[in-house]
Amino acid sequence: MNMNDTHSPASMPGLALGPVLYHWPRETVLDFYAMVADSPAEIVYLGETVCAKRRSLRRDDWLALARELAAAGKEVVFSSLALIEADSELRSLRRLCEDDAFTIEANDMAAVSILEERGLPFVAGATLNLYHPRSIAVLARAGMRRWVMPLELSRRAFADIRAALPETVASEVFAFGRLPLAYSARCFTARAHDLPKDDCQLRCLDDPDGLLLKTREGDDFLVLNGIQTQSARSFNLMAAEVTGPPPADVLRLSPQSRHMPAILAAFDDWRHGRAGGRELAARLEDLLPSGSCNGYWLGEAGMQRLPMPAAQA
Amino acid sequence: MELVCPAGNLPALKSAVDHGAGAVYIGFRDDTNARHFAGLNFTDRQMEEGIRYAHARGVRVFVAINTYPQAAGWPRWQAAVERAAGLGVDALIAADVGVLDHACERAPDLHRHLSVQGSATSAEAIRFYHRHFDIRRVVLPRVLSLRQLRRVVLDSPVPVEVFGFGSLCVMVEGRCLLSSYVTGQSPNTCGVCSPASAVRWEETPAGRESRLNGVLIDRYGPGEHAAYPTLCKGRFEVRGQTGYAIEQPTSLNTLALLPELAEMGVAAIKIEGRQRSPAYVAQVTRVWRAALDACARDPAGFRPRPDWQAVLQSVSEGAQTTFGAYHRSWQ
Repeated sequence: MNMNDTHSPASMPGLALGPVLYHWPRETVLDFYAMVADSPAEIVYLGETVCAKRRSLRRDDWLALARELAAAGKEVVFSSLALIEADSELRSLRRLCEDDAFTIEANDMAAVSILEERGLPFVAGATLNLYHPRSIAVLARAGMRRWVMPLELSRRAFADIRAALPETVASEVFAFGRLPLAYSARCFTARAHDLPKDDCQLRCLDDPDGLLLKTREGDDFLVLNGIQTQSARSFNLMAAEVTGPPPADVLRLSPQSRHMPAILAAFDDWRHGRAGGRELAARLEDLLPSGSCNGYWLGEAGMQRLPMPAAQA
Repeated sequence: MELVCPAGNLPALKSAVDHGAGAVYIGFRDDTNARHFAGLNFTDRQMEEGIRYAHARGVRVFVAINTYPQAAGWPRWQAAVERAAGLGVDALIAADVGVLDHACERAPDLHRHLSVQGSATSAEAIRFYHRHFDIRRVVLPRVLSLRQLRRVVLDSPVPVEVFGFGSLCVMVEGRCLLSSYVTGQSPNTCGVCSPASAVRWEETPAGRESRLNGVLIDRYGPGEHAAYPTLCKGRFEVRGQTGYAIEQPTSLNTLALLPELAEMGVAAIKIEGRQRSPAYVAQVTRVWRAALDACARDPAGFRPRPDWQAVLQSVSEGAQTTFGAYHRSWQ
């Protein structure tokens, strides 16, 4: 799935591996991407999107990794930080956008602004809040070549938008993983450890899939991941589509610390029609840290795990 | 600095105008604005009367059309922009780039402000909106430290408005889907957070429980003050400990920071609370008007008066206030 391709309705969706949203030690990151190089994913998003203090890998490490993955045939995209506060973060963003060797996923309008002025095409991340064709048209004029759907939108909203998508813009939907639901100036991981944010001691390293937040009756509810809050349940698009993947150009799988090879293989089977969503979703259920949900895609509360709709005749 | 006050209905608008607002912000009675609550907001006729009342007293009126439309509802947002322009409001407060684009095309003379829901936290992001939509003002999310704010004010191509007082969103506005995750409705899509229709209160042997679409948000012992179950302000269990894991019920209050905000060049102070009563609007507007006037007269000698703080405290969520992101523990 190349950035220059236009979307065609009947083609098989590409598989993208989203950026690692957690703070993993350097070796863990390198091992993970060694696995990814041999995986069926065609697109790999790299870089830190949550917290600028996380520096398991330096800029040169990321660039080396990007070159290796590109040599393995992957389309590499660098994801930008979702929340820009400090001047130093803006400077890092400018550096990231200076290098035109790799495409950027813009997760904030500051990134869009810089990329537009440099005349570089970009992927528009879900946090840019592009909910309808008119806003998508604005970003397409600014250089967007792929649109990532906001997480809370439904299959119906997707269909409406897809029908009106400009020829030059491809579509991508979040298909698997704990949902990144919110961003804050506050670090909730530091707060849980009773530490101020400026002396957080990088305690997010303790939790490779984030820090679980339960209700007072013991239900897994949310996950604290630094300044980001996620769903505890993993969204699984396969649990919402009986007949196969929706007509998106790209499906995004968000990494978890374990079982990613099996998860990638299941989505690869799904898009090739080798197995149905119902069977594959059931197979993945035991591999998820807190179970699954499919509500957003079916137009309901995101946390819901609704029965699969009947296959359309 | 201009004092920008909330009005959820005509009596609240008159309260704000009568007690010293420089501008009031209001919304239509539908999901085009981020306070889409039952019984709140303005019909066209009420808006017309409100605008007349405010303009006759030299007060400006802004209309918030600051949610994110989807394809199916888009004509409603288009119409809202055109209605606002037709009614002669002083500015449109919008977040969605499609709404802003439409406003530029159909109501080019209507000033555009970037809503807090637009999540612009840096001068570079503001530049994007300025370049495309010639925005005249930006409302910043409640996430920056004073130092960061100073930098944005300095570099921003347009004047900056910040929140001064009111209920505190701990999450970046426009970047929080927690409410739709639990209830199917969010600020972005429906203009609501933790909507009342999803709230259930129950007396149980373990205490009084508040639930949002079935999810236990909090449980109160005898004598404990029960708060509205805004889901980020519930008590939850993390690492074996139960408490306010995300944020406690509290209000932002930056009164003590006024001289600093004025000195760095902040153009306007926004008061939160279109969902609050006309009495709240009157009390808070009166205090902030007095404080802004005192600060303008003698910034170096400015101290928040205890009676001001007592009033603000009494109308605060959980009767507590905080500096929010201006506080060190956030940075």
